[in-house]
Amino acid sequence: MNREALHFAVRNGKLLVGLAVLLPLLALALLGPALAEGDPNAYVGTPAQAPSGEYWFGTTMFGQDVFAQFVYGLRVTFLVGLLGGGLAALIGMAVGFTAGYRGGLVDEVLNMLTNIVLVLPALAVLLVVNAYLGVRSVSVQALFIGLTSWPWAARAIRAQTFSLRSRDFVDLARLSGVRTWKIITREIAPNMSSYLFMTFILLFGGSVLIAASLDFIGLGPTQGVSLGLMLNNAARWSALHLGMWWWFIPPGAGITVIVGALYVMNVGLDEVFNPRLREL
Amino acid sequence: MLRLDAVTKTYRVGAFGGRTLTAVDGVSLDLVPGEVVSLIGESGSGKTTVGRMILGLTPVSGGSITLDGAPVRPGKDYYRQVQGVFQDPFSCYNPIFKVDRVLQMIREEYFPGTAGAQWEEKVAESLEAVRLAPALVLGKYPHQLSGGQLQRLLIARALLLGPRFLVADEITSMLDASTRIDVLNLLADLKSRGLGVLFVTHDLSLGNYVSERAVVLHRGRVVESGPTGLVFGNPLHPYTARLLDSVPRLTARWDGVPQEPVPDTPEPSVLVEAEPGHFVRRVPAPELRSVS
Repeated sequence: MNREALHFAVRNGKLLVGLAVLLPLLALALLGPALAEGDPNAYVGTPAQAPSGEYWFGTTMFGQDVFAQFVYGLRVTFLVGLLGGGLAALIGMAVGFTAGYRGGLVDEVLNMLTNIVLVLPALAVLLVVNAYLGVRSVSVQALFIGLTSWPWAARAIRAQTFSLRSRDFVDLARLSGVRTWKIITREIAPNMSSYLFMTFILLFGGSVLIAASLDFIGLGPTQGVSLGLMLNNAARWSALHLGMWWWFIPPGAGITVIVGALYVMNVGLDEVFNPRLREL
Repeated sequence: MLRLDAVTKTYRVGAFGGRTLTAVDGVSLDLVPGEVVSLIGESGSGKTTVGRMILGLTPVSGGSITLDGAPVRPGKDYYRQVQGVFQDPFSCYNPIFKVDRVLQMIREEYFPGTAGAQWEEKVAESLEAVRLAPALVLGKYPHQLSGGQLQRLLIARALLLGPRFLVADEITSMLDASTRIDVLNLLADLKSRGLGVLFVTHDLSLGNYVSERAVVLHRGRVVESGPTGLVFGNPLHPYTARLLDSVPRLTARWDGVPQEPVPDTPEPSVLVEAEPGHFVRRVPAPELRSVS
């Protein structure tokens, strides 16, 4: 199965295009410190300079190197998306699979918990928590985002599990003496792997956006820089009106391209995982 | 012997589970190795639920199911002896995996130590028993095989365990006429090799063709049971008689079935032995056909 999935994966255009866009950005983020040395917030050049050979993405109104900020911001964005989205996806899957498969009272209790977290105004909670605990690091920010954004994922996965659980192949696995945990991970989850990946992508994008909102109101990580912070700085200093397109286009395009590439990959992965969608 | 004793299944329905719905009401039957018992009833009569309760897929609300006198505990030991085949072969396979997986599961759970060659031999043997050529089915995806092939592969899967009892829930209803006879003959084969089969069906002619004993289920209750020849040759309960009347005949024009409702059985009602081995649920006197 795995070798065969790989066979179709390397021949799937959508998956390859998504990867071709995503991997260079990921490489850029990982290699960031090597490419742009020093503090990305340092005032290094002439203010408000258009892109040039010296400063590839120009400089901000205060003479900071936009490329350096972009590269470091990319790191933070990937990190927040990965940690926040990953944590939310894990909680969502655990709750969704358990509630959907077990049903009955377990489902009732977990569903109630999910609904409570779902109706909590997440941003307000994050504000209060951040203000009280003085959160100033990216990983803690990601932790809070992860802990508040899982409910809809849990609900979606629960619904999907519910419909798969009643299929005969699950009963057949039970008749084969397969244990519940193994039925969930090996029979049910693979049937919705592209769905799970899609969930992760949306949670990833959502985490990036929530992080940007928090950064904007001054509750983000104080040290460092993120794409959200760059966008909001650009907006605050009227980059659009001043015609400084190089200040807001890189971070905006960065977020869009990352989420877009993941989405295209998801469509491709659906074809890889589901033999019915393959050309045979 | 697999014995069902006054097995009942009730569901809570309505808002807050205020009402109960009795799907299966006090069903008793015995299944012995080397015998096919057909469980006959219309849709909604509870026959599938009985099968699922035997297989431990649906919990029992009342009564007991015992295997050789011991209460049934669904688990590996039980499933080695009692296996099932379901109605829809297409939904029994996980569509994203090859069909071999249903056999592979058995290997992982029951024969983890078996060497590759030995296992292949075992698979080939049970595929032969259901008259499937290994090269034709192994390594294929479910949507690449026909319903008949998939269904026979599922029977082969059950045979790998060497079970003593098989619950066959409407296993021929998704098959076309020619493969249906194939599968029925296969069941007869297995029976002669000592397998006890509960053949759940809505089709009387199939039940008549394949089984020694017949149990007729109506609204969750057994209304008539006994040797197939007696039940079908001399139906005593009006419901059974109506079922038999509604079997389409090849030569006669079908003029429809009398649609008057089957009288509800008065409470309490019991099964009475009308002739040796032939039980019928007592109904109001004028309705009961005389034993001829």
